[in-house]
Parts: sequence; structure tokens; C-alpha cells
Amino acid sequence: MKTQRRNFLKIAAMAVLGWGVRPASEILASGGGTASEGLLFASRHKVHVGPNALTASRWAMVIDTAKLNEKVMEDIVHTCHSIHNVPTIPGNQNIKWIWETHMDHLFLEDLHEYQPEAGAKSALALCNHCDNPPCVRVCPTKATFQREDGIVMMDFHRCIGCRYCMAGCPYGSRSFNFMDPRKHLETTNPDFPTRTKGVVEKCEFCAERLAEGKMPACVEVSEGALAFGDLGDPESEVRKLLAERFSIRRSPTLGTKPCVYYLV
Amino acid sequence: MYDKNKILIGLAVFVVFMTYPFWNNIGSAAYQRPEIEKPKNAKDCVESVEFMRAEHMAMLNDWRDEVVRGGEHEYHSTASHQVFQKSLTKTCIKCHENKDQFCDKCHATVSVNPYCWDCHVDPKGEKK
Ligand code: SF4
Ligand code: SF4
Ligand code: SF4
Repeated sequence: MKTQRRNFLKIAAMAVLGWGVRPASEILASGGGTASEGLLFASRHKVHVGPNALTASRWAMVIDTAKLNEKVMEDIVHTCHSIHNVPTIPGNQNIKWIWETHMDHLFLEDLHEYQPEAGAKSALALCNHCDNPPCVRVCPTKATFQREDGIVMMDFHRCIGCRYCMAGCPYGSRSFNFMDPRKHLETTNPDFPTRTKGVVEKCEFCAERLAEGKMPACVEVSEGALAFGDLGDPESEVRKLLAERFSIRRSPTLGTKPCVYYLV
Repeated sequence: MYDKNKILIGLAVFVVFMTYPFWNNIGSAAYQRPEIEKPKNAKDCVESVEFMRAEHMAMLNDWRDEVVRGGEHEYHSTASHQVFQKSLTKTCIKCHENKDQFCDKCHATVSVNPYCWDCHVDPKGEKK
């Protein structure tokens, strides 16, 4: 009797394990836009590719901290924020898509007090378009979603302003509109919408420009400090830079797999 | 005993109240389709006038999902077989330059308030 019961439990345990293992791929990562979210990796949305669009299997950005200086960084921030109607709001309710920040704020674990004097003191921060983005998994409306090419997009129409994504993002890459942003815009670009009160926003890797065959605006005005390209292509500029130089990413131990790399 | 009078008065008040919108409108003009401004620089819309009149809201709703979530930016017109960009500001407003003489006229008459322009920028309106 005892052994029978033991055998039964063994078989039952194996069956449960087997059931658990079989759909592991679906549990870990669910494909397409229709299936439910995976436990570890979020699903990815297929993107239609227009005739003029720039395409990649995995978009990534490489920032050369040595080539950044005050003027270049100012130009980059100004360009991004003006074409995307990002307001400048005094106080602690400002909206940021890309911003200048201290190296030790960027790299919490990797820097120490005996860094070479000549090294960069500050660099640019933006959404890292993580390969395993917590913001996507926590968004209850899927207003934040990830495209197949890795871009973490926001559907501003769908965002309900719950700010789960802000809690989920360990890099503070997202801003919340506490007030109507239009009041704080000096000029507006009619080709890009503004946002409204109660909506979260962030950098979208210039998905709207890629669709027209243009590189991200920040890359264009960076005087070579920013490179953008396909991680999946060994011949791409980003892959070459990563092969030649030493690079770090922000808080990689969190497992978010950031796709913005910093050359130091 | 049964407060017949009070009930009748109450019923009368209720009926008058419920039918107020009907008799209040007696004699006022019937609904008239507002004269909207036609574009000066184009003859054909992306689809026929009848289709646009009935379906523009559904179409714009589809466009926004197709562009933002699917990355599909090109619209293939079934009327002219031309390709247009699915964009409120880059396509619709290119021809219908005056939002207040086009969108707003109808929307105001039928009392609907779409929130498109809370985010999308009306190039003319912003300059005012
Ligand atoms: S940096 Fe933050 S907002 Fe951007 S993809 Fe990663 S978790 Fe999401
Ligand atoms: S604030 Fe918007 S984008 Fe962020 S989690 Fe909530 S619905 Fe999603
Ligand atoms: S990729 Fe585009 S949206 Fe993102 S920071 Fe650069 S200019 Fe701004």
C-alpha cells in the first residue's frame, strides 16, 4: 500500500513537472500581440515595414561619453524636446525624454572615487529600450508595449496615467504630465502631438522618424557622439563600436537588459 | 384614503417634465446640416464623401491603432487607389486647413466633443 502511494505521487509529480516544462516557452515569453503576457518576458508587437523605413532586428544606441560636451548635450536635448513637443516645466514636474546627468547617477555600481580625472563627468540618459522591460510587463492597459525590433513604445491614446510603469522602470526614464503640457511649450511642432494631463511619456527611439527612413534626431545632431543601429547585424556601426571599445550599461544586474550602451 | 389627488398631480408633473424636450422644441427650426468649408487645393478626399461622412470617426480610430501599434503608415485609398499617409495633421489637415470651419462646425452642431485636438496640433489654431 505504502509503495503504491509513493509511486502514485512520483507519477503525479512527473506529470506536473512535464506539464510545467512543456509550455515553458509560452510561459517565459509569449509571441505576437494576441497571446497573454509571459512571466519573464513580455510579448512583442509585430511591426509593419513601410517602403522607406529603416529596419533592424534589434535597435540599439551607443553613447560615446568622451565625445559629449556641454554644447553637444544641450543641442541634443533641445532638438529632441522641440520636435517632440516636450515641455520645460520649472520645479519638480518637468518632462524629460533625454537629459544630462552625473556619471555616478547613471552608473550606480560601476564607478568609484579614483576614476581618471579626464573622464567624462556627465552624460546623457534616456529610455534604455530594455530587452526585458519591466515597464511593459506592469502596464495594465498595454499602453506601453514592445515592438519586435526592440523599441519600447507608448500609445499615448491608451495610457490611463496609473504610473505603474514609472514604478517599474528602475532608470526613471518616464515622466508624468501633472498638468497640461501645452501651457509650457513655447513652440509646437504640428507634425507631432503634444500629450495631455494624466499621461506618461518617454523617448520612443524616434520610431516616427525611422518609419520615414530617418535616423533619430538626437543621433543626427550629436556630432558623432551617438550611434544608432542594429545589434543583430555584425557589420553595423553599433556592433563595431562595441567590439572596439569598452562599454558599460546602466544597472545591468537588474536583468532588464538595457540596449543603450555607454563607451567609457 | 389613497391620496388620489396627490398621485394625479404627481403624475402630471412627471409627464410634463418627461415630455419637456419635445414640446419645448415645437416651432424651432429642424436640424440643418452645417455648411462646411471645402478644401481649395484638392478635389478628391481619400475616400468618397459619403464614406467619409459616415465613417471618418471609425477610420481615424483605425488609423491611430494601425500607425501607433502596427507601424502601418500608408493608407491605400479604395476610391482613387492612391497611397496616403495615415495622419490627421499630415493628410486631413493638409487639405482641410481650417479646423474651425471644417471639423468644429459639424461637431458643434451635433454637440460632440472629440478630444483629438487635446494632443494633436492644429497648425492654424496654434498661431492664433
Ligand atoms: S528604461 Fe525604463 S522605461 Fe525604458 S524600457 Fe527600460 S524599464 Fe522601460
Ligand atoms: S501610466 Fe500609462 S503607460 Fe504607464 S503603466 Fe499606466 S497605463 Fe501603462
Ligand atoms: S531617440 Fe528620438 S525620442 Fe529618443 S532621445 Fe533621441 S531624439 Fe529623443
